[in-house]
Amino acid sequence: MASVTVRVQAEDFDTAAEIEALSAGRTDIGAVVTFSGLCREEKGLLSALELEHYPGMAEAEIRRICEEAVARFDLQGATAIHRFGRIDPGGRIVLVIAASTHRQAAFDGASFIMDYLKTAAPFWKKEHLKDGTARGWVSAKDADDTARDRWS
Amino acid sequence: MREVRLVYFAWVRERIGLGDEIVSLPDDVVTAGDLIAFLKNRGEDYAAALEHENVIRVAIDQEHVEHDEPLGSPREIALFPPMTGG
Repeated sequence: MASVTVRVQAEDFDTAAEIEALSAGRTDIGAVVTFSGLCREEKGLLSALELEHYPGMAEAEIRRICEEAVARFDLQGATAIHRFGRIDPGGRIVLVIAASTHRQAAFDGASFIMDYLKTAAPFWKKEHLKDGTARGWVSAKDADDTARDRWS
Repeated sequence: MREVRLVYFAWVRERIGLGDEIVSLPDDVVTAGDLIAFLKNRGEDYAAALEHENVIRVAIDQEHVEHDEPLGSPREIALFPPMTGG
């Protein structure tokens, strides 16, 4: 049975513990792929990212994406954790774990979840600079739409 | 007329100056696109927030919809910019 775990939280997460939680006690999983999204310092300019989200829909949308990935790639399990609030450079923003019988499905599943998460999960990043100013809201990238569209 | 809760996020929220509000929608506001056009006439702040209609994303009861889709009778409609999570 495929397990899907989705959490949207302000707190940090423990990547190793999440991999363990997904795979512990199971003998049907042959491959686990993880993706970690971290906060870049943008060449020393950035003091922090502020992540706004749509409570309720953020969880629901990520769950829809994970369940679609499980069905499409026949995953044994998927975990997606996305943080909100203020995140300093070097901090963890997002974690995606895909588990499958063989490696290709796990790689594809993790990519699929990230590509849809970036374009369909309701989160918005605002950059705060070290000089105390807000550079403003991060613009969506066409490259992210292109990455998503390769799955359709 | 029907009453619906509107919620706004990111720069749409900042430009309108509100996180959420209850609005009475006239009967001729049928689609998500109609809603955006209706809101643009509510004042300068709304007009500025919704100036580039095509980039505004709409969710009805927490599910994405296209601008030509009918609103129905939802509890909550959200308007927000393209998403930048991950």
